[in-house]
Amino acid sequence: MTAVKRHSTTKMVPVPSHSIVPERDLGQQPVLETNHLGIEFGGLKAVEDFNLTIGKTEIAGLIGPNGAGKTTVFNLITKVYEPTNGTVLINGKDTKGMNIVQASRLGIARTFQNIRLFSNMTVEDNVRIGLHNQIRYSMMEGILRLPRYWTKEKKMHREALDLLSIFDMQDLADVQAGSLPYGAQRRLEIVRALATNPSLLLLDEPAAGMNPHETEELMENIIKIRDQFQIAILLIEHDMNLVMGICEGICVLNYGKIIAKGTADDIQNNPVVVEAYLGKRKEEAK
Amino acid sequence: MTRAKRNRLIYNCVTFAVVIIAFIVLQSMIENKTITRALKGQLIPICCWIVMAVSLNLVIGISGELSLGHAGFMSVGAFTGAVISGWLLNAHGMENETLRLVLAIVGGGIAAGIAGVVIGIPVLRLRGDYLAIVTLAFGEIIRNLVNVTYIAVADGHLVFSFLKKNVPEGARMLVDGASGAVKISKISTFTMGFILVLFTLIVVLNLINSRSGRAIKAIRDNRIAAESMGVPVTKYKMMAFVTAAVLAGMAGALYGLNSSTVVPSQFTFNQSINVLVFVVLGGLGNVLGSVISATLLTVLPEVLRAFADYRMLVYAVVLILVMIFTNNPTIRSFADRLIAPVKKLFGGKHSDKGGAQA
Repeated sequence: MTAVKRHSTTKMVPVPSHSIVPERDLGQQPVLETNHLGIEFGGLKAVEDFNLTIGKTEIAGLIGPNGAGKTTVFNLITKVYEPTNGTVLINGKDTKGMNIVQASRLGIARTFQNIRLFSNMTVEDNVRIGLHNQIRYSMMEGILRLPRYWTKEKKMHREALDLLSIFDMQDLADVQAGSLPYGAQRRLEIVRALATNPSLLLLDEPAAGMNPHETEELMENIIKIRDQFQIAILLIEHDMNLVMGICEGICVLNYGKIIAKGTADDIQNNPVVVEAYLGKRKEEAK
Repeated sequence: MTRAKRNRLIYNCVTFAVVIIAFIVLQSMIENKTITRALKGQLIPICCWIVMAVSLNLVIGISGELSLGHAGFMSVGAFTGAVISGWLLNAHGMENETLRLVLAIVGGGIAAGIAGVVIGIPVLRLRGDYLAIVTLAFGEIIRNLVNVTYIAVADGHLVFSFLKKNVPEGARMLVDGASGAVKISKISTFTMGFILVLFTLIVVLNLINSRSGRAIKAIRDNRIAAESMGVPVTKYKMMAFVTAAVLAGMAGALYGLNSSTVVPSQFTFNQSINVLVFVVLGGLGNVLGSVISATLLTVLPEVLRAFADYRMLVYAVVLILVMIFTNNPTIRSFADRLIAPVKKLFGGKHSDKGGAQA
């Protein structure tokens, strides 16, 4: 297959270790560790030898041209797919054989490239689903309306509004999620993911469809979320202003393989990355 | 109180008010003897079909799975109820009819619930059309199973067999194979039917507006997103399915004890489709709609008796017309405009349909 041939000839940037973990997280257990992660779909290696470590409060970016396998990496981390090679460790725990629900309970939350809200439910109820495993009562307590139902529902209501206030959305709590404008839906997805109390938040193109002003606001909010919740964030994004602006570590993927890792400056000046995005110059190709 | 919460509260209150007022009116009509014989005979079946429709709505409208075997659960409940009632009367001499009815309904519910668990474990791993086909098959399996089941009371003991020759001579037959449950003492009452309807409404409405109900709706809206929020899909699908099965079993027990014989062929695929029609006509996820459509569509064929041969034809035409009109945007917006002043009366500033439906 031409794809496989081509990347075998691309030069790998020497990377000292798996890690692009910022200094402040070095002493702590990394939130995410993948070792030689890979998956094949009927012989096609969608992701191959993917090694990445993310520190406890790091904001990391995953970029690459279309079809590079970025979302597949997310699906591997969240256990939508079971990897054919390698391991994923979340907070030091191996996720081998786990399903999506078990992985989410380890502390992974995500948003989706094509928004997946519960569109027939209200904004608040969407966030309450995120709180599903945080605030619990049984089915019987719900049906019989026992005291626990009332106290827990009240608590859920308070927390949902608290979380919505991150994006100033508490006034929209009663609106049906499907009728929100596009940008607000993306923000609601982030709030809902935060409600699950994750230690690693995966954002799949959070700025897609947003205007520059909204993107600016989103960047501030992502940093605010990291500081407030002390969590790690891994994001896929095509908006280079956002990626270069807030990501401490950036990982570039092409044809399922990591072609570069490093800080924003490293990546911007890396000829391999430029080539992957723009192709070779004519003179050089000759 | 938030607007969504208030709308929900109004919706629930209206639902209960409609049912309670209908009961009071009908009960006073019974006491004044102003009720027609035909209508009086329909009261208990109406209660049963309401419970069936509301419980199927839990599976189809709330949980979003197409189940075509709901009559199968009703069948399980009906025969279990008949056996329990017959056994208590003949083996234990229990004369108290109300207690027997309650025990039969509870027993019918439990039996149908067990059937729901047994069917649910393999079936709920399937999706969409496959689930519909398997539940359809389940209804047929139950019917054929009852066809070869013989249950009798002999010397105060319950005898159960798949072969008639195993039943001792002179035993009191409760379920006689293809002839179904025979010589049932009719103990169902309209009051009990009303209580069962109330019970169903309380269970379903409270379930919908709780943590579990939200999880069920989330799975319907977007399964993958629900899973990645940590909501275990199979557990909540099972919860909706089994709850619906239990309620259907209770309705079945009430239905069975309302006539002197119940035959397995009463609970065919056609009945499942009938209940499905109630649900779709009343609106998916709309509990009050299910109550109303189940009532009207149970009464309608009786009212149309005057048309004799054309009865089912008219029924079908009415169904098609209603389906077309309730889905027509022009007519819907016209109806919304009619309802708007009423909504204003309740203090709602907006006339959009935010959260009024479950």
